[in-house]
Amino acid sequence: MAEVLVYVDHVDGAVRKPTLELLTLARRIGEPVAVALGNGAGDTAAALAEHGAVKVLTHEASEYADYLVVPKVDALQAAVEAVSPAAVLVPSSAEGKEIAARLALRLGSGIITDAVDLEAGDEGPVATQSVFAASFTTKSRISKGTPVITVKPNSAAVEAAPAAGAVEALSVSFSAQATGTKVTGRTPRESTGRPELTEAAIVVSGGRGVNGAENFGLIEALADSLGAAVGASRAAVDAGWYPHTNQVGQTGKSVSPQLYIASGISGAIQHRAGMQTSKTIVAINKDAEAPIFDLVDYGVVGDLFDVVPALTEEIKTRKG
Amino acid sequence: MSLRIVVTVKYVPDATGDRHFADDLTVDRDDVDGLLSELDEYAVEQALQISENSDDDVEITVLTVGPEDAKDALRKALSMGADKAIHVEDDDIHGTDAIGTSLILAKAIEKAGYDLVVSGMASTDGTMGVVPALLAERLGVPQVTLLSEVSVEDGTVKGRRDGDAASENLEASLPAVVSVTDQSGEARYPSFKGIMAAKKKPVQSWDLSDLDIEAEEVGLEGSYTTVENAAERPARTAGTIVKDEGEGGKQLAEFLAGQKFI
Ligand SMILES: Cc1cc2nc3c(=O)[nH]c(=O)nc-3n(C[C@H](O)[C@H](O)[C@H](O)COP(=O)(O)OP(=O)(O)OC[C@H]3O[C@@H](n4cnc5c(N)ncnc54)[C@H](O)[C@@H]3O)c2cc1C
Ligand SMILES: Cc1cc2nc3c(=O)[nH]c(=O)nc-3n(C[C@H](O)[C@H](O)[C@H](O)COP(=O)(O)OP(=O)(O)OC[C@H]3O[C@@H](n4cnc5c(N)ncnc54)[C@H](O)[C@@H]3O)c2cc1C
Repeated sequence: MAEVLVYVDHVDGAVRKPTLELLTLARRIGEPVAVALGNGAGDTAAALAEHGAVKVLTHEASEYADYLVVPKVDALQAAVEAVSPAAVLVPSSAEGKEIAARLALRLGSGIITDAVDLEAGDEGPVATQSVFAASFTTKSRISKGTPVITVKPNSAAVEAAPAAGAVEALSVSFSAQATGTKVTGRTPRESTGRPELTEAAIVVSGGRGVNGAENFGLIEALADSLGAAVGASRAAVDAGWYPHTNQVGQTGKSVSPQLYIASGISGAIQHRAGMQTSKTIVAINKDAEAPIFDLVDYGVVGDLFDVVPALTEEIKTRKG
Repeated sequence: MSLRIVVTVKYVPDATGDRHFADDLTVDRDDVDGLLSELDEYAVEQALQISENSDDDVEITVLTVGPEDAKDALRKALSMGADKAIHVEDDDIHGTDAIGTSLILAKAIEKAGYDLVVSGMASTDGTMGVVPALLAERLGVPQVTLLSEVSVEDGTVKGRRDGDAASENLEASLPAVVSVTDQSGEARYPSFKGIMAAKKKPVQSWDLSDLDIEAEEVGLEGSYTTVENAAERPARTAGTIVKDEGEGGKQLAEFLAGQKFI
């Protein structure tokens, strides 16, 4: 059976959920071979094996942390040369897309970004994309070279499928470009203890209607009652009420949770672009005409300062 | 010293319009108004600021690959303050994918001459966010991408990239490719004077032969990707909407419980 390379997104050996989803999708088109790079690469093997990786290619070097993107492209290229895979799958983060694009160009291949589903096809893997702010669904494939496809988080349910996960050291020689862009400083983002926005099953978001940084506590309390991540509209982010890393939408994160709750958000096209593929959508807005209501499964026309605390209370009561 | 900046700007269908696909599964550009991709306004803005903060002699060229109407995007960028423009236009470009687009842009950038390329973080139609990285790969220069802050001094570009896991400070020597996010600073509006001045600024037109690119290398035929199918997403079935008369929170909790979220 053909091998499929899966690029591993991990933090010091802890594999992030989108990679496990990729392993599930990879099994539809072949045998997953994972590529883990940088500090802690070897520690990823157990989690990857549990989710179907037949092999884990690892390489640790300081270049991956000290320089931007290119060292990882060099390593993936070495992995492709070692394995001759039927496809390369990369998680759709900003960096993942850049790595994938440069790799595709080097391989003389095409690239598809932000796939939301993947199937085996007669002429290679067929990717589903959700485009134009999720108003269209397209199916595409790569017609030249080894398909390189990036896949959005939450595109597949993680399935356990124990496999060998044999660790092999990958041999990498860095290109002249590898050290071109130096990382001179790094400030890690402080963890809030809440789930990752793009990986969360439930996202609770606030917009301009929240009317102040201090009021985001209401949104956080609701999120915590549901074990959810917190999102924000660009209006709320631009006003400085919530960090940009939590922005949902075209220029923020694109989320696809089981449940999305929007409070005080009108539903502009650029916001919808980032949340329209959520399975269940709920909105609280005092304007019955707000476009967000066109998307909802359940909507409450009302003041969020009344509805959100009442909802949080009721959830807490029900959960006991 | 002089600094030559090329800003890549894309002409896109208005995101607030009714965007859809043509019969050949490319973007239908006839039914929707086009405009300068809003995220490329941030690229133009940062190029202008680099110029304003520089002691060097800075020349800003805006470059687009697109149909006849794409000149509108160039005019907008010129009226913001760019010095000159290049329009790459050729019937054979229709339907080009990201790999092909990066080829055309890279050849044009090389022909124009550059020390710094400034791009947007993503287009507002394809939204792939890959073209700047592809340009760096093709040009063989550093990529300093997705910056929320950028500065150029003494042949070095520095910037801050705010990623998921961390904020990174980056540094590279020129020549380099930079892309900037919408966090980099509001883009200015063209002034009346700027709009008048733009009318007199030079716009060069190049076709594929000017760039030594064969028709088969680009366009739908040369594409590395094939769109097999495009379907409008079915409208969501109308949901339940209630008016809060004191019970809205409870009613919503009831709905969430029914859906097994509580
Ligand atoms: C290139 C570009 C990219 C963009 N990218 C993004 C993006 O990534 N994400 C994003 O979100 N936006 C993005 N935008 C901005 C977008 O166009 C909207 O401006 C933004 O989404 C509006 O945010 P909002 O819904 O919070 O605010 P508004 O549109 O002002 O809506 C606020 C809503 O709150 C309601 N409200 C007010 N008070 C209350 C109350 N007490 N109780 C209940 N409801 C109340 C109002 O009725 C209103 O509907 C982008 C724009 C551009 C041009
Ligand atoms: C809905 C949709 C989905 C698509 N999916 C794919 C796909 O999966 N694979 C694929 O190969 N192609 C795809 N394409 C085609 C692709 O969008 C174009 O080839 C395109 O010009 C490059 O990608 P982008 O628009 O996403 O640009 P991005 O990579 O998002 O653009 C980043 C920056 O590059 C610059 N730039 C991009 N295009 C131009 C241009 N024409 N002129 C000047 N500057 C430019 C701008 O500075 C821009 O801000 C898709 C197009 C659409 C409309």
